[in-house]
Amino acid sequence: MFYREAGDFKTSYVDDNQTFPIAFDRYRYYLVLIVGLGVIPFLLNDYWANSILIPFLIYAIAAIGLNILTGYCGQVSLGTGGFMAVGAYTSYKLMTAFPWMDMVSVTLLSGFMTALVGVAFGLPSLRIKGFYLAVATLAAQFFLVWMFNKVPWFYNYSASGQISAPERTLFGMAVTGPNAEAWVKYVFCFSLVFVLAWVARNLTRGSVGRQWMAIRDMDIAAEIIGVNPLKAKLTAFAVSSFYVGISGALLFTVYLGAVEVGEAYGIQKSFLVLFMIIIGGLGSIFGSFAGAAFMVLLPVALKVLLVDTMGWDTALATHFQFVIVGALIMFFLIVEPHGLARLWALLKEKLRLWPFPH
Amino acid sequence: MKKLLTMVAAGAMAASPALADLVFPDLSYRTGPYAAGGIPFSDGYQDYMTLLNQRDGGIGGVMTRVIECETAYNTERGVECYESTKGEGALVYQPLSTGITYQLIPRATADGIPLHTMGYGRTSAANGDVFSHVFNYPANYWDAASVIVNQLLEENGGSLEGKTIALLYHNSAYGREPIRTLETLAEMHGFELTQLAVDHPGQEQGNQWLQIRRERPDYVVMWGWGVMNQVAVQEAINIRFPMENFIGNWWAGADHDVTSAGEAAAGYRSLNMNRLGDMPIFAEIQQYVHDAGMAAGDGSNLGNVLYTRGMYAAMLAAEAARTAQELSGVAQIDASMMRDGMEALVMTNARMEELGMPGVGPEFAVTCEDHGGTGMAIMQQWNGTEWVALTDFIAPDDSVTQPLVMEDSAQFAAENNIASQCGDS
Repeated sequence: MFYREAGDFKTSYVDDNQTFPIAFDRYRYYLVLIVGLGVIPFLLNDYWANSILIPFLIYAIAAIGLNILTGYCGQVSLGTGGFMAVGAYTSYKLMTAFPWMDMVSVTLLSGFMTALVGVAFGLPSLRIKGFYLAVATLAAQFFLVWMFNKVPWFYNYSASGQISAPERTLFGMAVTGPNAEAWVKYVFCFSLVFVLAWVARNLTRGSVGRQWMAIRDMDIAAEIIGVNPLKAKLTAFAVSSFYVGISGALLFTVYLGAVEVGEAYGIQKSFLVLFMIIIGGLGSIFGSFAGAAFMVLLPVALKVLLVDTMGWDTALATHFQFVIVGALIMFFLIVEPHGLARLWALLKEKLRLWPFPH
Repeated sequence: MKKLLTMVAAGAMAASPALADLVFPDLSYRTGPYAAGGIPFSDGYQDYMTLLNQRDGGIGGVMTRVIECETAYNTERGVECYESTKGEGALVYQPLSTGITYQLIPRATADGIPLHTMGYGRTSAANGDVFSHVFNYPANYWDAASVIVNQLLEENGGSLEGKTIALLYHNSAYGREPIRTLETLAEMHGFELTQLAVDHPGQEQGNQWLQIRRERPDYVVMWGWGVMNQVAVQEAINIRFPMENFIGNWWAGADHDVTSAGEAAAGYRSLNMNRLGDMPIFAEIQQYVHDAGMAAGDGSNLGNVLYTRGMYAAMLAAEAARTAQELSGVAQIDASMMRDGMEALVMTNARMEELGMPGVGPEFAVTCEDHGGTGMAIMQQWNGTEWVALTDFIAPDDSVTQPLVMEDSAQFAAENNIASQCGDS
C-alpha cells in the first residue's frame, strides 16, 4: 500500500537515478541511519557493543569487500583472512611507529597497504580462472599468515608473537585500548561502515561496477565490447582488498585488541566471510550486511536460547550449533541459492502489489 | 495486589544478580581440538566449587556459583563470554587459554576484575608492580623452561655442554613463550637449541619429526596442548625416539595424551605443577558431589592430571576469596576485594593438608610485587599405565627468569604508560 512507485514523481534525471527510487525505501534508509547514530549510541552497553554490534559492523565491511571481488567481478578468493591480517599488521606497525597518528589515518592507510598486496596477488587472475584462482588466493592466505609468524619485525620482536593495540585517540577520545568507551568504538565503526558502504554502492552502480559485472558474466564478450580485463580485474582486487584490509585492521584495533595471526586470521576466517556472502547474497550490498548479521548473530542467539534460557549443557549446545548452522547453510543453498538478498527482493516485489496481488 | 507483585518482581530482579552468591565464571572448552584438555580441567574446577556448597555451605557462608561459558579455545568467543558474564558480579577469570588471556589482560584490568592464569598466559604478569590485576602463581612458562633445564643439568652431572635440545612448540603465543628463556639458558649452559613449530591444531607433525629423526637431538622438549600432544607422542614412538628423553611441559602431560599410546609411551616425562595421587579430597568429592548426582561433565575424570589441576585452581580461587573475606570483614566480597585477597594469599603445607589435599602444590606467598609464586614444579613419568612422580618440587633458576620478567614487563609498562603499582607499600 505504501511501498510503490505510484505517486512518487521524479522531475529530474538525478532523482530518477537515485539509489532508492521508492520513497518508502528512502525513509527506511534514513530511519536506519537515525537509529544507528542517534539512538543506539545512547542505549549501548558493553555486551551489546563488544559481542554483537561491533563484530557485525566489522564483518559487514569484510563481506562488502569480498562481495565486490567475488559477487560483482566473479573472482573467487579464499585469501580474505590473509588480507585481513595485512590490514591488522599494517595498523599495528603504524600505531607503534607513529604514536601521534589518529585512528582514521591508521585505518585508511592499512586499507591502502592491503590494496597494494591484493593487487600483487591479483595479478595471476589475468591468466587463471575459477578453481585455479581459488587455489592461488589460498596460497596467499597461507603465505601471509606464515610470513607474519616468521618475521619478528612484524610483531616488534615480542616474546609471544602476539600484537596488541595500544590506546589511540580520535578527537581526544580513546578509540582503541581497554579504556575506550563502547559507544565511541561503535560510532567509529558505524561511520566507517556508512562511508564504505555508500562508496561501494555507488561504485557498483557506475561504470567501474558495470565493467566488473561484464567480466563476471562473460570475460571474452566483455573484452570484445571494450572492457579492459587487466584494469577491471585489478581494480576489483584493489577495492576489495582495501575493504578487507580495513575490516582486518578494525578487527584487531577496535574489537579484539590483541591478536595472534594464525588464530584470528586463519583459513577459517576466509571461509566465514565467504559463507557470509553466500548466505547474504552474491552481488548485493544489502546481502553483505544480511550475511554478516546472520553469521555474527546466529551463534549468540543460539547460545542465549539453548544455554541461558533452556539451561542446556554448554558442550551440547555448541555441538548443536554446528548442526543448526550447517543445516541452515544447506537449506539456503537448496531453497534460495541467491541468498537473503534475493528473499528480501522477493518480499519487496510482493509488497509492491500488496494488498491487491492480482 | 498487582502493584505489590510488580514491586516484588522488580525488587527481586534488581537484587538477584551479584548479591546472593560468589560468582566464579568458568570459561571452558568442551568442544574443538583442545577439548580433551579443557573438559577435565573444567570438571575439576566446577566439582570443587560444588563440594564447597554441599559440604560447607559455600565460602564463609556465601554460596558459590559457577557460570560456564564455552569458548572452544577461540579468542572471539572468549571475549563474548567475558562480556556476557562480567555483569553477573564475576570475581575472578581463569580462561585456560594464553590467547584469551592476552585479550583479557587490558579489559579485566580496566574493569577491575582479577585474572588468575595458573601456569599459562603472559609470563611477565608475575611482576605485580606492572600487572595489578593479573596473577600467575604458582608457576609460569619461564619457570617451567628453567625447571626442565635444571633437571637435565642434574642428570648430566651439571653440564649440558655440547648437547642439543629441540623445542617442539605449538605455533601460538602459548608455544612461543619459553623460547626467550631457553635461548638465554642455551647461551649460559652451552647447549644448542633447535626450534620446531607446529601449527594449530597440531595434527600435522610429519616434517618436524623427520627433522628430529635426522638430527637426533639429545632431548626433545615439548610445549603442546590438545590434540598436538597425542600426535607428538605417537610420532616419537614411530621414529623410536628414546621416550625418557622426550619431556613435555605441564600442559603436555595429562592422561589422555598418553593413554592411547599406552605401554609404547612408557618413559615419556613431563612437568607437573600439582601433585597427583590418592588425596582425601577425592573421597569427599565422590561422596558430596558425584554420589549426589551433581558432577560436572560425565564424572569420569575424577583424580586425573588435569582434573586435579582444575580442582587446584578452584581451591586457590576459593582460598583467595576466603582471604579476601577475612581482610575486608565482608562475606559478600566484590572483585576488588577479591584482588586484594589474591594478593595476600599464603599457601602453606598445613593449610593444604587441612583442605584434604596435602602437598598438592608448592608453598608460596603472593605479594604486591610478586604475583608469580615460587615457580616450582615436579617431574613425572608415564610408566605405561599411570603417571608417577619422579622428583620433589624443583626450583627454577630465578636469576635467569627474573631479569626477563622485569625486561618484558618494563616494556609493557612503557607501551601502556603504567605507573608503579606497589610504590606506596
